[in-house]
Amino acid sequence: MIVVEFLGPIKKESIEVDVSSIKELKEILNKDDELKNWLKVSAVAVNDKIINDINYKLNDGDRVAILPPVCGG
Amino acid sequence: MVEIFKGGIPVIDTLDRWYEEFKLEGYGAMIPFIGIVRPDNEIEGLSFDLYLPMLNEWFKKWDNLDDAKIMMAHSFGDVMVGETSFLCAVFTKHRSEGFKYLEEFVEDFKANAPIWKYDLIRGKRVFAKDRAKQLKGAGLLS
Repeated sequence: MIVVEFLGPIKKESIEVDVSSIKELKEILNKDDELKNWLKVSAVAVNDKIINDINYKLNDGDRVAILPPVCGG
Repeated sequence: MVEIFKGGIPVIDTLDRWYEEFKLEGYGAMIPFIGIVRPDNEIEGLSFDLYLPMLNEWFKKWDNLDDAKIMMAHSFGDVMVGETSFLCAVFTKHRSEGFKYLEEFVEDFKANAPIWKYDLIRGKRVFAKDRAKQLKGAGLLS
């Protein structure tokens, strides 16, 4: 199981999903229309490192974070 | 590590504390940047969410410079107009590399720090979508 946390303005509680790749996670998350819009503009981190590979494999216990557009300062 | 404050940062106390910590370390220049919340569009203030694990991870590369020391503070939660939500200072031997590092640091911060800004309008948080920038790799799950 992996935990997915939705950061900043994405008003969603974290969820637990049983997936083994980012690709699989993409399928599941895109089922939610509101989330779909956020996903278009958000980056993905696994265990606090941003990933760029859609084929990235997830391991049991991994923490995924969805990061919407940022504005520090 | 990034210093975190709930609400507005105590500017002078923090700058003084950093000055005292590093004034005898061989740095000839301390160059501060003090961000101030502006009353744009009649907002009462700004509000911030941070993602600390990645914020500290991002800061690491700026914490390990050979020829400079960088200190940074940021607010979480509500910060009112006239208060400070972002404070940093660069210590270098000479001023020229200090000005250069300050510019690069703040640019990198604005582009990459995992921090989300909201306008405070009539007591409510409104995501500052127009000022927000997509991170590298955005849209991977789209």
